[in-house]
Parts: sequence; structure tokens; C-alpha cells
Amino acid sequence: MTKLLSFIATLLLCGCAAQASKPAHAAPTPQAAVPAHAGLYPSTYQVPQSAPTLIRNATVLTGTGARLEHADVLMVAGKVSAVGTALGAPAGALEIDGTDRWVTPGLIDVHSHLGVYPSPQVDANSDGNEATAPSTANVWAEHSVWPQDPGFRTALAGGITTLQILPGSANLIGGRSVVLKNVPSVTYQGMKFPDAPQGLKMACGENPKRVYGKAKGVFPETRMGNMAGYRAQWAEAQEYRRDQEEYQKKLAAGGKEAKDAKPPKRDLRLDTLAAALQGDIIVHMHCYRADEMAAVLDMSQEFGYHVAAFHHAVEAYKISDLLAEHGVCAAMWADWWGFKMEAYDGIPENIAFIDAAPEGCAIVHSDSEEGIQRLNQEAAKAMTYGARAGLSVPPERAIRWLTANPAKSLGLLARVGTLEAGKMADLVVWNGTPFSVYAQADLVFIDGALRFDRAHPESAPPSDFLLGQPAAPGASP
Amino acid sequence: MRPRQLAFALLLTLGGGAQAATVLIRDATVHTVTDAGVRPHTDILIRDGYVVELGQALRAPADAVLIEAAGRAVTPGLFGGAGHLGIEEIGLEPTVDDYALKLGSMRPEFDVTPAFDPDSVVLGVGRLGGVSFAQLAPTAESGGKGAGGTIIAGQGALVRLDGTVANTRALFIATGGAANALSGDTRAAQFMLLQQALTEVHAPKLLLANDARLLTPAGRQALADYSAGARCVVFDVNRASDIRQVLAFAKREHLRAALRGADEAWRVAAELAAAGVPVLLDPLDDLPESFDSVGATLENAARLQRAGVKIAFSFNDPQPHNIRKLRQGAGIAVAHGLPREAALAALTRNPAEIFGVADRNGSIARGRVADLVLWSGDPLEVTSLADEVFIQGVRQSMHSRQTELRDRYLPKLRAHAAR
Repeated sequence: MTKLLSFIATLLLCGCAAQASKPAHAAPTPQAAVPAHAGLYPSTYQVPQSAPTLIRNATVLTGTGARLEHADVLMVAGKVSAVGTALGAPAGALEIDGTDRWVTPGLIDVHSHLGVYPSPQVDANSDGNEATAPSTANVWAEHSVWPQDPGFRTALAGGITTLQILPGSANLIGGRSVVLKNVPSVTYQGMKFPDAPQGLKMACGENPKRVYGKAKGVFPETRMGNMAGYRAQWAEAQEYRRDQEEYQKKLAAGGKEAKDAKPPKRDLRLDTLAAALQGDIIVHMHCYRADEMAAVLDMSQEFGYHVAAFHHAVEAYKISDLLAEHGVCAAMWADWWGFKMEAYDGIPENIAFIDAAPEGCAIVHSDSEEGIQRLNQEAAKAMTYGARAGLSVPPERAIRWLTANPAKSLGLLARVGTLEAGKMADLVVWNGTPFSVYAQADLVFIDGALRFDRAHPESAPPSDFLLGQPAAPGASP
Repeated sequence: MRPRQLAFALLLTLGGGAQAATVLIRDATVHTVTDAGVRPHTDILIRDGYVVELGQALRAPADAVLIEAAGRAVTPGLFGGAGHLGIEEIGLEPTVDDYALKLGSMRPEFDVTPAFDPDSVVLGVGRLGGVSFAQLAPTAESGGKGAGGTIIAGQGALVRLDGTVANTRALFIATGGAANALSGDTRAAQFMLLQQALTEVHAPKLLLANDARLLTPAGRQALADYSAGARCVVFDVNRASDIRQVLAFAKREHLRAALRGADEAWRVAAELAAAGVPVLLDPLDDLPESFDSVGATLENAARLQRAGVKIAFSFNDPQPHNIRKLRQGAGIAVAHGLPREAALAALTRNPAEIFGVADRNGSIARGRVADLVLWSGDPLEVTSLADEVFIQGVRQSMHSRQTELRDRYLPKLRAHAAR
């Protein structure tokens, strides 16, 4: 994140400086070799005004690995101001009794298709897979997001404050992801997490093989075809990057060389891939089997990029050491398995295995409009199965699977994912331990503003879609 | 057949060395799911596959295996829903997916039960989750390599997770928008087709010469078995207005109907209660996943139960791999207003009643089959696991393909962690 922020800052500074001193008809200003196009389609999300809020006497899981009993959390101006005991309330502060309640950072789901595969699941709104070519790195999931998906609200009621919306897994390279704040908005820009890096969705295994191959009579049809497909794309992106760098060099040289320099033809697909190679777009890869993940890690060495996380990763437990060595997170379900061959070896101890590996980075993800409503319970199941296998994980550590670890994989840990002074005040007040089937999010704050109050369902208005529908269950949160 | 003889006959079919011993479970909190309610500090004596005694401080027979429950909960074995257990080993693989008939003609005589594989590893995973019985449900699907299915998916038996098959059958019929592709692209035709099929059953001579008939002679016979009202006909249906159509049709044709899905059932709860029609519902449905389910809410279960409708839990997704999760769904229904014991009944006694095995399964009482689960904690809690599972009195192995995989890779993890 820091890297991207400084990159954006550099871009902005360059822009301003150039504007101030730029003589007329000068050669274009040198820029980074391949722009990630941060700043395009910008976030219009505004942190709402909110009164300072003090939650008193709660069990607080900070997301940093600490569990504080009878602790207070103070939010001021959208940020976590302090976490501790016997905090003083600023004048005009709203006080919330946290007795017998638990407070955690807002939950973060790194794998969601809300908005791109919304409810109702009608053909007209099925916008998650541009399954017309095996590499569509040019598409951006945000351009498919329907902000009226009622699933955003039910996810909010489950404590989800940040979520990554990914293209589907039909393609080897599906396109760019977007990170959203889970706030109601008419436009997706109004939900867009300000200055969050974009991700790149890639997919291993059965899905691309099934969608292309025999079904369409086009490449790829096999796993070796999948690998060749990614590699060809990366090789092309390297060349594109070289051409861009060459051009920038000429510009920088000035004089006739700069004047004669022709910009390489812009290619939206290669823009994305080159930015991923550069590390400005974060690579998230759907991959089930251990052997395929290992092959992808070798490929990342071949082309010099980093995989932030393997998603689904049902066989991660077989290579927990390898993933840890490469600093790759595994984003997993608690107990899904068997729904296709590459999921046959899923075990409910998978998450606990990854957590137990030294430097392991375990993430609980949903990939489901149902699962996203209760990531806390998914974690509870993983804790329970882990404990039976001798891999006990205390709540203060397990909460990291849903908060700090996903934030890290999204490049956002400096801003969200833990309750530390200065971070965005995204937090959940639970009716008790979140690791229970009876757990409910009582209050959900995003940037210090109360976005969901279970006692007052009107605090989170239903989607436009549900208005005026006689069947809509108005009484239910 | 007397119960004991029947048990013996069933045990003969078990094979594999699993034996029903005499077992005494001591000091359990027994959720009987009968009028006796929850009985603390209770012993259960199991012999020859049956619960033979239920009481306090029972004397242990000399040959009894003793299990100290130390206050832990014992429930009846849980229901795994109506779906594809043992008829779908892995999703998306046609050679191990036997759940959909696509001959292009209406075949109520289709019974998916012969495809049931008692050696499916999915059974072992379900058993470890405390699931002891499930209903086989074929799926009505259009398209595919054959000529497609029809709205009548066919029949299936109730199966137990020890691999045995009960002598029961239920018939599954798809209705609503999701089945439009199976009925000429309109749901109105669903009742037209069903009505014609039943007319052929009632008046076979009238139509025998007619080339446009829907059913084969075997199909007419099969449907006749259901139109007598003895066996359960399960309708997939969600929209309130469609539910009313199903209720009217079932009443007219004297069918013993049950609903599956039923996202909007709470809106017609009083009518369902009056008709005595039970509902198999997905406790996790709360989104308008289609226009048929705009009314979906997590309170469906609680509202139906309050109205006096018999409910059972069953995931709408018939894939069998995660049927252990149905227990979590029951807990979530409790968090949304359903009384705990009603939630447990919806996983035990109620589905046993709906599918015709309540005289043997689904509750704990003297003379009932000993399908029991001993839990590490609250039976509906995600932090609890099954410690012991008995099916027909046989103590089940607590190993599955998943525990084998876990145990193969655990030493590698420990070695790595120790480095």
C-alpha cells in the first residue's frame, strides 16, 4: 500500500510541478513506465460527519492479536482515536455500553461477487465473467457492479465493512477487481475505497478449461494450456513494458530523440498486466490444487511478480510451508469441498493449518452472498476443527483471518483491519462472542459512522430493488 | 416383521464388520424430541440396534460398552436434507452424477435409489457431522446431453448414513420460474401437465389410444401410488402465489404434499397450517435470489413454526458434500426467533415424519432405532462437534476421507512449525 500511495503521490507531484513550469509545446512529461491509472474513475465516497463515539466496557479483539477485557474504544472524526481502559469521553461524545458485548474491527471479505452477480440472479444482471476470451485483463469489475444488489445490506448486517469485488473465474485472467466500502450508494464510485489498489483476478484449473477447451473449441483445454496461456500473457506484458520504458527513455533524453518518439499503442489489457508485473495492481489467484499453486509460484518467479493470495486454496494445507516461504496468503472457506474434482481434497482444518505454519497468512473468504453474512461463524468452525486436530487458535488470533490478514492481502493494512489509533474507524459491536452460531452484529460502524443498528433496521435502508415489492420482508434485517 | 427381526435383517445388510453391541451411555442430557423434552442426567441403553431403556442410573449389563457422557448432549441423528447424498460423488462429473433423468419424457416411475452408493465418501463426512439420515431427491433439469428432463424429477428413498436404504419413497416435482424451461417456458403449463398426468392415472382407458399421452403404463402406476395420498409428493416452490397453486392442486388431487424451498411460505403460513402441508426450507435463504424469492427472510422458519406449520431443514442446493452445515442453519434460525427444541425437531423428528420413518427414527424413546449423536457442546453451535455417532445401534467410526487427509499432512505441518 505504502508503495502505491507513494507512487500516486509521485504522479500527482509530477503533474503539478510540470503544470507550473511547463513551457508551451514541450515534450510530454516523463511518467512511470506504465501507469496503473490510479485516479481514474475516482472514488466519490465521503466520510460522513459523526459525533465522537465511545464504546465502553467491551471485550475488544483489536486485530493485532490482542484481546482486551472491559476495554473502551473511542472513535473521533472517522478514525480510531484510542483503545484502552477507562478512556475519557470528549464533550458531546456518544456513549455505547459494551457490557457483555465484543468489539472487533470491521470484517473484510477479499472474495465477493456482490454487485457483479447480484440478487436477483437474472440474466440481465449477470455481469461477473467476460467469458469471451481466456484473457480479459482489460475489463474492470467495478464497471459491472450494481450498487442496488440487496446482498450488500445483508453482508453489512453480518459485519462486513470492506469487500473486494472480483471478476469470476471463467478466464485465465479475468480482469481488475475493486475494493468497496460497504456503504449504500447510487453509484459504485460512491462505495469505492479511496485510493485502494486494484487487484487482478486470475484463475487456475477446471473453470477456464471447462469454459474454453471442448466447450468452445478454443485454447486452453488442459492445465498445461492454462499455464501456457498465462505465460504468453506475461511475456507480452513484459514486451509492452519494455516498449513503454523505451519511449519514456527517449522522452527523458530530450532533444530530437524526444521529439521523434512515438508513444506505443495503448492496450488496455496490457496496461493491466504490466501494472501487475510492476506491483501496482495486486494479483489474486483462484487456485484449488496444491500442485497448481506450486506451478504458479514458479511462474511468478519466472516473470518477477508477486501473488498476494491464492483464493479458495482447498489444498493449501498440503503446502502450508511453501505458501509461507513465498509470503502468499491463502483465502479459504471453512468447510466447502467436493462440488468439483479440484475441491475433492478439501478438509475443514485447512484454515487452521495455514495459520499454524510459521509466517502463515490465513484468510476466511466467502465467494458467496450467503457466506459473506457470517464470516465470523466460518472462522468459528475452522477454530473448532483446528482445536480437535491440536491446532488451537484463540479468538484474538482467529479474528485476524477476517480483518488484518485480508487487509494485508489487499494492500490496505496501514489503513484498516485493526483497531489502532489513526486507522479508519470500521468496527463491529457484537451481541457476544462473534465465534458463535448465535452471534449477531448489533452495530456496524464505517469510518466512525453508524451504518447498521440491529435494533433500528431503518438505519440501513433496503436496496431500491426491494421498494414497493409486496413480498419484501420489511420486518427482517 | 417385529422390530427385533427387522433390526436383524438390517444388520445383515451392513457388512464391513460393524456390529451392534450393547451400549450404555451414562449421564447424558438427552434431547428426546418427544413430549418428554430434554432429560438431564439420563442414561440410554442400546441393544440390537434399538434404544431399550431410557432412565436414570440404569444398571449396566455385563456385556455393555460404557460411554460416559458427563452431561454432554445426546440428540437423535440429524437429517441431511433432501438432495444428492450418494448419487453425486463430485459435482460436474457426469460419470458420478446420477441425480437427473433426461429422457425427455415424463417418468414418475423413475426411482433414483438404485444409483445410491453406500461407499460414497460423502457419507463418512456427513456422519462425522452427526448426520444419520437423508432423503434422496432426484433433480429436474433441462438440457444436457439427453433430451432434457421434465418437471417430474422422479422418486427417491430415505437413506441412512450407514449406507442402508429405508423402504420408503417420495416423489419430487419442480414448479415455479426455475422450472419454466421444463414446461414450455411458462409456469402455468406446470399445472396443466400435472393435471393431464393425473387424468391419465384416473382414466387410463380414455387416453390409452391417444398418442399425446404423457405417461407410460409404469408411470401411471407410479403416480397412482402417490395419488392415493400415502406417500409424500415434494414440490419445489418459492413464490407465495405458486404455493397457493400447489396447495389447491394437492387438495384437488388428494396428494400428501410437502413444499421444498418455500422462501415465501411465511406469507401463506395460515393456509399451510390449515392444509397440514409441511415445509422443507433452507434456513440460510434471505436474499431475493430470483423473483420467486423476493420475500426470503431468515425469519421464515420462526414465523412458520409460530403459525403451526411443520418445518424441516433442507438446503436448496442439493449437493451433498456439506450437509453437516444444515446444523449451523438450524442455529441461525434460532438466532432469528425459532425456539431451540423446534429447531432440533426440524432436523430430526419432523423430516422423519414427512418421509414416513418417524415410528423408527427422529426421536429418542424406548423402542426407537438407536440413531444417536453425542455432542461436545450445544448441538446447534458451530463450536460443537459430534463426539460419537450411533446409527442403528452401531457405533460409527469417527474417521472419514477428510480425517485421513488431515492426518497425512499434520506431521509435515508439525515438522515445519518446529523448525
